[in-house]
Parts: sequence; C-alpha cells; structure tokens
Amino acid sequence: MDTLHLSDIAHGRSGDKGNHANIAVLAYTAAGFDWLRQHLTAEVVQHYFQSLNPSRVIRYEAANLFAVNFVLQDVLAGGASRSLRVDTQGKTLALALLRMPLPLIDNVSSMLRPKGRTPHER
Amino acid sequence: MKHVRIGNGCGFWGDNLDAPRELAEHGRLDYLTLEYLAELTMSILALQKQRHPEAGYASDFLDVLQQLVSILKCQPQLKIITNAGGMNPYGCAVRARAILDQAGLMKRRIAIVHGDDLLPHLDELLAQGHAFTNLDTGEPLSTIRERIVSVNAYLGCQPIVTALQQGADIVITGRVADASLTLGPAVYEFGWHWDDWDRLAAGTVAGHLIECGAQATGGLWCHWQETDLALVGYPIADIEDSGAFLLTKPPGSGGAVNRETVAEQLLYEVGDPAAYLTPDVVADFTSVQLSECGRDEVRITGVRGQPATDSYKVSIAYRDGWTASGTLVIAGPEAAPKARRCSEFIFERLRRAGVSPAHRHTECLGAGDSVPGVLPIVDAPEVVLRVTVRDTDRAVVERFAKEFAPLVTSGPPGVTGYTTGRPPVREVFAYWPALVDKNAVAAQVHIQ
Repeated sequence: MDTLHLSDIAHGRSGDKGNHANIAVLAYTAAGFDWLRQHLTAEVVQHYFQSLNPSRVIRYEAANLFAVNFVLQDVLAGGASRSLRVDTQGKTLALALLRMPLPLIDNVSSMLRPKGRTPHER
Repeated sequence: MKHVRIGNGCGFWGDNLDAPRELAEHGRLDYLTLEYLAELTMSILALQKQRHPEAGYASDFLDVLQQLVSILKCQPQLKIITNAGGMNPYGCAVRARAILDQAGLMKRRIAIVHGDDLLPHLDELLAQGHAFTNLDTGEPLSTIRERIVSVNAYLGCQPIVTALQQGADIVITGRVADASLTLGPAVYEFGWHWDDWDRLAAGTVAGHLIECGAQATGGLWCHWQETDLALVGYPIADIEDSGAFLLTKPPGSGGAVNRETVAEQLLYEVGDPAAYLTPDVVADFTSVQLSECGRDEVRITGVRGQPATDSYKVSIAYRDGWTASGTLVIAGPEAAPKARRCSEFIFERLRRAGVSPAHRHTECLGAGDSVPGVLPIVDAPEVVLRVTVRDTDRAVVERFAKEFAPLVTSGPPGVTGYTTGRPPVREVFAYWPALVDKNAVAAQVHIQ
C-alpha cells in the first residue's frame, strides 16, 4: 500500500490572527479523531513547521467536529503587511500539514473519508 | 414560525462585485450583510481620509448599491447592514443617499454607526489610564505612539439594533465585530435579551459562518473538485427564534454547503474554539451541532454562550517603514538554484552601491517556498523568483526596486516575465492588537 498522508484521514483550513496562524484539522471519522488526539500533538506540529519558527504551538480540541485546532504563535514572520513572505496570512499552512506522511496504522480503513459523491448523500 | 434570512454577499474588500446582487435576487433575504474590513484595511482608509476628507470608506459598496437599487425596489422589506463606512461612515452615507435618491428611493432610511474611532481621544484615554498594551507582546503603546495612523474598537451589535429600532433600512458602520453584522438583525427581529447568552452565541455562530462569504459555501473546501466554484452561491443563515438556524445558499448556485464546508469555516481564524470572544458574547463552538438536512442545507443547533467580557478589542495600525517585492520568471535547467543566484546578484550589486536593506527574503515559488522548509523539494522546470525587502528608509527600498530590470540582460539566460515594470514601493502598516474597557467607548447611532 502506498504511503498515506494526513489528508487521507482529515481535512482542514488555516488562517491568520495578526502574526499568529491557526490550523484546524478535522477527522473524517471518530476513529480518525481518536488518532489525531493521540498522535497529532502540539509538539509534532511545532516540529513539522520548525523552519517557520513558531514561538509556541497550542492545541485545542472540538470533539463535536472531530477536530483539533492549532494556534502557531509568531509563525507568520510579521503577519499581513509586515511579513516578507508570499503567504503573509498562513493560507497554505493547512494544506502543508495535510501532506504529512502517516505511519502504518492498523485500523486506518475506519479513518478514511466515507465514499459518496457528496457528504450528505452518504 | 418566524424565520429571519440573513445573507452575506461580501467577505472582504475585493470580493466578487456581482455576488451581492445574485444573492439578493435569488436568496429570498430579509437582510443582506456586506463585510469589507480586514485587520489592516482601516489604516489604508485612514490615510485616504487624511488626503481627502470626504474619502475613507470602502468605495466598492457604492458600486454594489448601484447594482442593488432595482432589487430594493422589488423587495421593499430588504435591509442592508454593512461595515463599508470604514473610517468615514458619514461620507459613505452621503454618497449612498445620493444613489438611493437618484433611483427614487427617497424614503429608505440610512443609519450610521460610529464611535469606534478612538484616535481623536487617544491622548485623553491614555491620560485616564487606558494603556492599550500590545495583547501579543505586552509592549507599552509609547513605543509606537508617534507612528499611529488608526485606532479602532470593534463595536458589538447593540448600535445596529438601535439603528434598526429607529427604522433604518440601510445601516452603515465603521469597525464592528464581523459577526455582529448578523447578530444585530437577529436580536432586533426576535427581541433577544442582552443576557440570553445562548441565543446571542447562536447568532454569533451564524455571523461567523457567513462573514467570509463563499468560504462557507465551498470556497477553500478541501474537496472543492466535487462542486463547481465558478458560480458559487453566497451563504444564507435562516434563523429561528430559538437560535437554531439553517445554513444554505441560493438554489441552483454553484458551491456546496455540507458538514465539511461548514465545519472547516467554523474553525477558520479561531483560537480556543470553546471561547470565541466577541463584544456581544463568548461563544462556545464546541457546543455546536451540525446536521445535514438536505442538499446544501446544514442545520446548526445547541450553541451555548457565556457572558461577554468587559472590554472591546482594539485594532491599532502604525507606520513601520517601506517595502517592495519584485518577481521574475526563471527558466530551468536548475531553475531554483539559478533563481537564488539571481537574488544574490541583486544584493551584491546593492551592496556595491552602498545599499543594504534591513530585512530581505528570497522565494523560489514553484520549488516549495510558499511554506519554506516544509514542502518536499522538487526540481521545478521553472520558478517565479520573488525577492522582498523592508526598511525604515524609503530610499533604500526604492533603490532595491530599480535593481530588478537589469537582470534581464545582465543575468543568466532564461530570465523573463519582466513586464509589470519596477516593483511598487509601498508603506508598511503594522498591526497592534489591544483591549479597552467598554465604558471608555461610546457607540453612536445617527439616522440620516
């Protein structure tokens, strides 16, 4: 089996608050959420984005959405207007995190996005 | 059972100009909200007003209003709530009045909400002990006092409710919390009490979900390929007295409303989801229940809220030097290393000329530099070289901007894309978040 990525078990979105960014990662299933809670820690995310020098990463949970939400402090090199980077607002950070390769997970099939043309038809 | 349908046709200044008309035409709306003010928009508007006292508002709104007049004639009950007033709600209202009058809509009432602009009283407030300490860094305001261009409190929905009670058909505000544009009409229509924290939180969730326009209806959705975004419909919150609401979009429009699009947007630009702070309420997003009712319909229930805090958030913008950013296309082979070498040429030539920008950044876009050091490195067939500098000295940045064109003839082969001319030099406005006691701010409503 090919290597799976975080995007196989979760979707997400990122945005800015001044010089901080947030990345929401939302599991497709309850099993996927359990995996995120155990394995996608603040430390893992801080290490993954170490080249962007976040001063601190805080993790919150929203079980009702199967979601973990990360705040990456001081990660935008100044934020909108001041930052010299092309992505001053952290718009691309969620996609970058979702490209994280997953280790081998026993019950990964219970974490994949349920099949169906659109979510409401499943 | 009474329902109030509130649609948001604009998520930021620069959003699709036709969206408000499409939404008003097909959305069966009671209220149309239009949101124009990003964190730093006020600094731009403040400078516009300095140069031209009649300016300083989101002028796009006037183009939109012009498009909307025929719809306002057919839908006399439709009301508009917008923060397009920016730094000059009065100036915006004068122009809006002229548009309505010319269309024969003399009886529609325009209200303005102001009092968010604290710059005229800043020294007085500082003398009274309001410190405006930087919320992120703890620094005192004295470090930037002389460079401040705008100071605006995020007002809540109370003045919007007052305006509607006074019979306003169009409410033009300065800075208010984005979600308050939606909560205001809900509170007015249902008569929700100011300590009914669960309902205030529900209306805030509705406002938060629709405030960024199409981001709730398929925009930014990770599975965007499953719909057609070309003609994306803008979001509608169909709210009940209980606070429960249906999130949807006009029938037949593009985009999608489902658990995924709504959940992604619910957490957009959020810190602690259990405590989303607005001037009106502290909303608990972890209490939100989402259920798909049908195609492009998600019902939101169960929202809980806690009492609002005693302070308003304040957004301060200050001058912070000058910046310029230039781009060139660099063709391979070895496009990325070639591009990096080109950037070195620029700075070597500048150094010879005695110019050394304080801050510099080089990106090879196409080779993974949008998230540098995180994305996998690829051998791109070509890259966009983007070089950006910032310095307190405008002359330094201007000299940098002149060092791009020479690379077309004095660099390696394969340098192209220099068609936009010298990169423009623009002033940098930095953002300073702070809090202020609510009792130090007087929101005001004025019916035109």
